[in-house]
Amino acid sequence: MSMAKSPAPPRLAPRDAAQLHQTWSDPPGIIGWFSAINHKTISLRFMVTTFVFFVLGGLLALAIRVQLAQPDGKTVGPDMYNQLFTMHGSTMMFLFAVPVMQAVATYLVPLMIGSRSVAFPRMNAFAYWIFTLGGIMLFVAFLVGAGPDAGWFAYVPLSLLQFSPGKRVDIWAQMITFTEMAGLMEAIVLITTILKMRAPGMTLNRMPLFVWTILATSFMVLFSMPAVMLASTALITDRLVNTQFYNPLKGGDALLWQHLFWFFGHPEVYMIFIPPLGFISTIVATFSRRPVVGYPAMVLAVIATAFLAFGLWVHHMFATNLPELGKTFFTAASLMIAIPTAIQIFCWIATLWTGRLDLRTPLLFVLAFFVILVIGGLTGLMLASVSLDTQLHDSFFVVAHLHYVLMGGAVFPLFGAFYYWFPKFTGRMLGETLGKWNFWLFFIGFNLTFFPMHVLGLQGMPRRVYTYPREMEWGSLNMVATIGAFMMAVSVLLFIVNVVRSRRRGAVAGNDPWGAGTLEWSVASPPPPANFELVPVVHARDPLWEAPKLPSHVTGLANDYREILVTSVADAELDHRLWLPASSIWPFLTALATTVLFIGSVFTPWAVVWAAVPVAIGATFWFWPKKDIVEQRTGSERNPLEVES
Amino acid sequence: MRHRARALLGGFVLVPGVAAAAPLQDALHAYGIQAAHIGRLWNFTLGLCTLVFGAIFVVFLWALWRAPRVRVNETPPDLASLVHPERRLHRAVGWSTGIATLGLLLLLAADVFTSRALAHLPLENAVNIELIGHEWWWEARYHHADPARDFVTANELHIPVGRPVVVTLRSNDVIHTLWVPNLHGKRDMIPGRTSTLQLRADHAGTYRGQCAEFCGLEHAKMAMVVEAEPNAAYEAWAARQRQDAAAPATAQALRGRELFETSNCASCHTIEGTRANGKAAPDLTHLAGRTTLAAGILPNDGAHLAAWIGDPQSLKQGVYMPATTLKPDDLQALVTYLGTLK
Repeated sequence: MSMAKSPAPPRLAPRDAAQLHQTWSDPPGIIGWFSAINHKTISLRFMVTTFVFFVLGGLLALAIRVQLAQPDGKTVGPDMYNQLFTMHGSTMMFLFAVPVMQAVATYLVPLMIGSRSVAFPRMNAFAYWIFTLGGIMLFVAFLVGAGPDAGWFAYVPLSLLQFSPGKRVDIWAQMITFTEMAGLMEAIVLITTILKMRAPGMTLNRMPLFVWTILATSFMVLFSMPAVMLASTALITDRLVNTQFYNPLKGGDALLWQHLFWFFGHPEVYMIFIPPLGFISTIVATFSRRPVVGYPAMVLAVIATAFLAFGLWVHHMFATNLPELGKTFFTAASLMIAIPTAIQIFCWIATLWTGRLDLRTPLLFVLAFFVILVIGGLTGLMLASVSLDTQLHDSFFVVAHLHYVLMGGAVFPLFGAFYYWFPKFTGRMLGETLGKWNFWLFFIGFNLTFFPMHVLGLQGMPRRVYTYPREMEWGSLNMVATIGAFMMAVSVLLFIVNVVRSRRRGAVAGNDPWGAGTLEWSVASPPPPANFELVPVVHARDPLWEAPKLPSHVTGLANDYREILVTSVADAELDHRLWLPASSIWPFLTALATTVLFIGSVFTPWAVVWAAVPVAIGATFWFWPKKDIVEQRTGSERNPLEVES
Repeated sequence: MRHRARALLGGFVLVPGVAAAAPLQDALHAYGIQAAHIGRLWNFTLGLCTLVFGAIFVVFLWALWRAPRVRVNETPPDLASLVHPERRLHRAVGWSTGIATLGLLLLLAADVFTSRALAHLPLENAVNIELIGHEWWWEARYHHADPARDFVTANELHIPVGRPVVVTLRSNDVIHTLWVPNLHGKRDMIPGRTSTLQLRADHAGTYRGQCAEFCGLEHAKMAMVVEAEPNAAYEAWAARQRQDAAAPATAQALRGRELFETSNCASCHTIEGTRANGKAAPDLTHLAGRTTLAAGILPNDGAHLAAWIGDPQSLKQGVYMPATTLKPDDLQALVTYLGTLK
């Protein structure tokens, strides 16, 4: 292996390039489709799947809004309504918001750091299948009338067998198992990719801000998700085999659930919110034609947010009987987390202030953040106060707040990111006119829907009520909210139309339609299967903006099998070459077997025993070495005596 | 109309109590000292946050307004910042962060002082109420220094104006939350745990409360009435509550009591002074003295009571009370009897 020294960007010989292309391509045919492990293939499917869940969750929300549009609504009864809001919350949190960020990250991170793949590509595929099958299970259960109905937070004792008989809560708890398992595996994939697979020269100090946010988020996933897996496993054993973790009558504790759940649940909000900070930094930089002000401050702010996010969970429990002094500590922590966010907002405004702007759709969606997230953040400060929270908690004020934070902090930037990277994903630009309609309808519809909810909460309307009496006079504001919700629905419809149309007839993008600075724009759109013909050597934070330096590329990686470069954690110095596995059907089949195990265990604990057999078989074949590859690899090991002679 | 105008104009600001037509369940109108403490904190926080939002918004719009417009793919990036550190910008960010931190410290201080004020409500001569949450109704046990003067009621609290009230919160099944926003913030009722809420009504009036923690099928229909009245009126009410139910004066009412005692009713409901002593459902000893039925969801009159007895599920789908099929005469007798329980 040596570093190329020629000034012109070197390319592989056409025959080698074709072989490289072939090596990294997914196999053809139906079996090939299920065997695919290329990170871009999996990621596109992952994004589409999460988007489908987003649309389904949105439709559930529309049904909620229709029911609440008028007092004494009769559209659905309490049983259906409780399923609707449980499904809406669970879908948006577990099947959309966290996974969509991982989906986008598994596409972009390798391209941004100059790698040919993610780490553990088969596990990446397995995680995707597990996630998808878990989501399908949840919606099938809903369609057959067994949708979970104890809330997305499933507080005990309500979610225990005594108060929630049937299989609904078990389905919910297993959906958690599916999605958390997938989430944890994606976190491992992303952390390993980011720390060990960056192109030579991409020191931590040169890593794109988006990659920093994904690194921070993935570590958060790693530390917080075990808490909810533990919680939901204890819940399901309470329900299935009569353990008594949460039953106060048998020495269990109802508050234990809340601590475990929110120890995950609050960091989760930041797992949803931090990757979009990376979208914003990327898009603000490109569309104001300059690097973001204060890179070190931005990185430290992201890391600080990730740490502080673990110290606030009790602010979801201010109405419980925990000691007051302890609550004040969590008030302080909750206020403190505003500081790193404020630093980032100020840095972005400073960037816009000194930049030259192009107000295209990606930037518009990001600019909405500065209005909506700021409002959501400030109402968050109100909720951080123990005293104020006792009035605002569990009222519609919180519904307003959380949507301002999650939509303003995640969904708006996510739409911006999609408009921004769509050309890279597909090779074509999204339509700008429809994009503007998409944006303004969404922005106005969003504020119409959620701003009145602040007032409704202050007027005493509690959350999660399927109806309210006419004399409470909450009707007109609820009607406004429902009208806004339909505007948002139309906006999402326009987005879908835009995507479908642009995929076929959009303007051809070329490698770099935005004149952006990061590595993903150096390759074709869509990128070839191996991403980079030759692995680049990085000399700057924005390699495409700054003057090129030498050496520019690494040569010597294999073209006939999936070989990648592994580099050191801090400075991305060359470490060794690694052989990644080829496509395989076994991750999919093992995911199917795992699904049988998880779903079976809803009905009998014996499923854990018997279904473990096919899972073990699947995993065995997954790791079974392929004969020809072993021979090829051992064949390349030469006897030193032979070499000398 | 009043609410609509308020929503559009001053919908966010706490205003001193004024008489209202709608049931009072509203964090913006304080009728008790605790809600007033929280209300003052709310106004302060709202003011500060509005100021911060305004400042950020103005600078943000200004930045957008002053920056020149370009086409993204035709404009080379400006990399000057890589060579010349932007000290002025960094200072601006630093100062803004400092000011924001100061604002946060102010909020923290305000919160701590409010918490202290809430904790320092004088409790001499307090009324003690043990409130127990059930799916989906409220059981209220009024405790007295002399246990013989304890009494039980449901779904409607009476409290004396100007006297502190200590509410001890428990739950019989799942987590519920007491929330009477005009008097105080909310507090959870957690099975296996006990917590307290200390409040004081400073204005006479009828306030509405509602369960704030999702508690299952009929969470939306778990409301209550809090009647704050002058001390004398309260004591008179309490004295009535301590008495057994009056013996029926008419043959029809007598027939009603007999039906109550011999049918399903008595296995869940108690009427003191009769053979009915079920504990699973609200105490009905002084049912007719309450203003609502079924945990604050129906007006308490004969027609609604008859409809409720005949088919409670049509009015509150998940309620555990079974429908009772009675001949029209019997139903009338039962309703008449219950109507005598003042």
